[in-house]
Amino acid sequence: MKYTRLIVANLFRKKTRTALTVGSFAVALFLFGLLQVLHGAFSQGVEVAGADRLVVVNRVSIIQPLPLAYRDRLLRTPGVAHATFANWFGGVYQDEKNFFPQFAIDTQGYRQMFSEFVVDDDHWRAFLADKEGAIIGESLAARFNWKVGDRIPIRGTIFPGNWEFNVRGIYRGQRIQDDTMQFWFRWDYLDERKTTRKGIVGWYTVRVANPDDATTVAKVIDEQFANSPFETKTDTEKAFAAGFVKQMGNIQLLMMTVGGVVFFTLLLVTGNTMAIAVRERTRELAVLKAVGFSDIFVLAMVIAETVVVALAGGAIGLGLAKLLTLRGDPTGGLLPFFYLSPGAVALGFALSLAVGLIAGFLPALSAGRLRVVDALRRV
Amino acid sequence: MSARLIEVRGLGKTYQRGSEALHVLRDLNLDVDAGEFVAFMGPSGSGKTTLLNLLGGLDLPSEGSITVAGDEITRMSGSRLTAWRARHVGFVFQMYNLIPVLTAFQNVELPLLLTHLSKTERRRHVETALAVVGLDDRVHHYPRQLSGGQEQRVGIARAIVADPTFLLCDEPTGDLDRKSADEVLDLLDRLVREYGKTVLMVTHDPLAAKHARLVRHMEKGALVDGGGLGSLADG
Repeated sequence: MKYTRLIVANLFRKKTRTALTVGSFAVALFLFGLLQVLHGAFSQGVEVAGADRLVVVNRVSIIQPLPLAYRDRLLRTPGVAHATFANWFGGVYQDEKNFFPQFAIDTQGYRQMFSEFVVDDDHWRAFLADKEGAIIGESLAARFNWKVGDRIPIRGTIFPGNWEFNVRGIYRGQRIQDDTMQFWFRWDYLDERKTTRKGIVGWYTVRVANPDDATTVAKVIDEQFANSPFETKTDTEKAFAAGFVKQMGNIQLLMMTVGGVVFFTLLLVTGNTMAIAVRERTRELAVLKAVGFSDIFVLAMVIAETVVVALAGGAIGLGLAKLLTLRGDPTGGLLPFFYLSPGAVALGFALSLAVGLIAGFLPALSAGRLRVVDALRRV
Repeated sequence: MSARLIEVRGLGKTYQRGSEALHVLRDLNLDVDAGEFVAFMGPSGSGKTTLLNLLGGLDLPSEGSITVAGDEITRMSGSRLTAWRARHVGFVFQMYNLIPVLTAFQNVELPLLLTHLSKTERRRHVETALAVVGLDDRVHHYPRQLSGGQEQRVGIARAIVADPTFLLCDEPTGDLDRKSADEVLDLLDRLVREYGKTVLMVTHDPLAAKHARLVRHMEKGALVDGGGLGSLADG
């Protein structure tokens, strides 16, 4: 503690330079924070996927339907404990920028399948009692200030016409990652209003009795529907979500490349700044050594200065990123999971610390190796 | 009779410049008693500062030995020498060499950070040292807020605060006007007389050397005056 004043005094020697270096770290860590948020948003489906759930889609494409009759056949498949289905609706509320996902769901099995979404019993009963009923996520309710009893008009795109729904319940997620921006309504209502292609669904979700058998059960399901007009492609929910992310390109690689370049640049900038700072203080460092401070102390002092700058900048950058995420999804619904996790914050601090240590090491080493006699003679 | 504090025997320092060997000090012998005030004079390049650096353990000789209060410092490892320096040597530099971002108090406190003294004890020592040099009213001033003479007095306070065995002063008045120089020299004189400190000073200034009790003259890396008492000061 008694050396803190020495370190702090050195940092405030060139306030502008220290502020700019702290600023470099802050910008880099802010960017890192945002990349982590985006990564989390894209991979959220993978993270929250149930280990015991399989997704069954049409082999041709996910936008191709499957028959309703498959539900009973799936339930009869060995190893399958439960099955439900849903359909993408793709409607527009007032304006296209007000995007949120709408699903026509199976009232018999959906709630049981997705137990991470918590719906109060009285809400669920009201939903079952009203063909035009809807259950909405709490984030969605907050976004449009909707409450139970409201009537929501939605313009159909895939299923043309003006649709109106009554909010009968609000669900919440058990975990912070759970998507609470969804809008559920009854599949039987959708099927009833359709004039063509009745009795089809978008996809099935299946729960296997034993997660260890997931791959085998998926194979059995696909074999069962092979050579039929509606062949299936079954994956674990995790693989399905990962495949969905992959369709948007290798986001992970892109983010790692951007992040890597930023941190490498930061390393060079900070290393150079600290080297200049050490060179400017050559005589002072020599005096410290002359009065009895060891080489190791001088080395540690320079590293400590760099680390303080790095952590201060990191704290500012990550703090700003966190503040931004607290304001919620800025895309209006495309990134329902817009959240900077504690793990990402810890990783950010660890990176700041690592960059600080590496950037400070060479200047600190030269300071530690400084010969007093040469340094006093130099200036 | 004073006790022998420093014994230098056969001291030599040679620098290698390319293929050329530069003999800065040659076969130098020197004895300094505790409580002495010795001035080293001589032309530039005569080896005065090199001798001071060797006596202060800042550099190692090419040959010979230096013994201070029974410790042969020329045999010490680098880390041991650093610790020895902290305990036994107070440095006063020509350019004062204060840390500009620290106050007078904080500059003087620096050597005490290496001790196990408590904060209160450190404060007491620093205040005493600043009082000795007559700057107890400039405790919270930064070096830029002090005159050259005052800065040098802070430098002296820093040198004496840990109560070292001896002081090494390299041209302590070289950057000062006459009045400030006299104040600093009077202070060094007082440290010897009143506090029994041993002071070794390198100077070009004959008036500064007059304050010393013993003046040693150097030329081409050797003492050339035979160690006569006040040989120049008396003249």
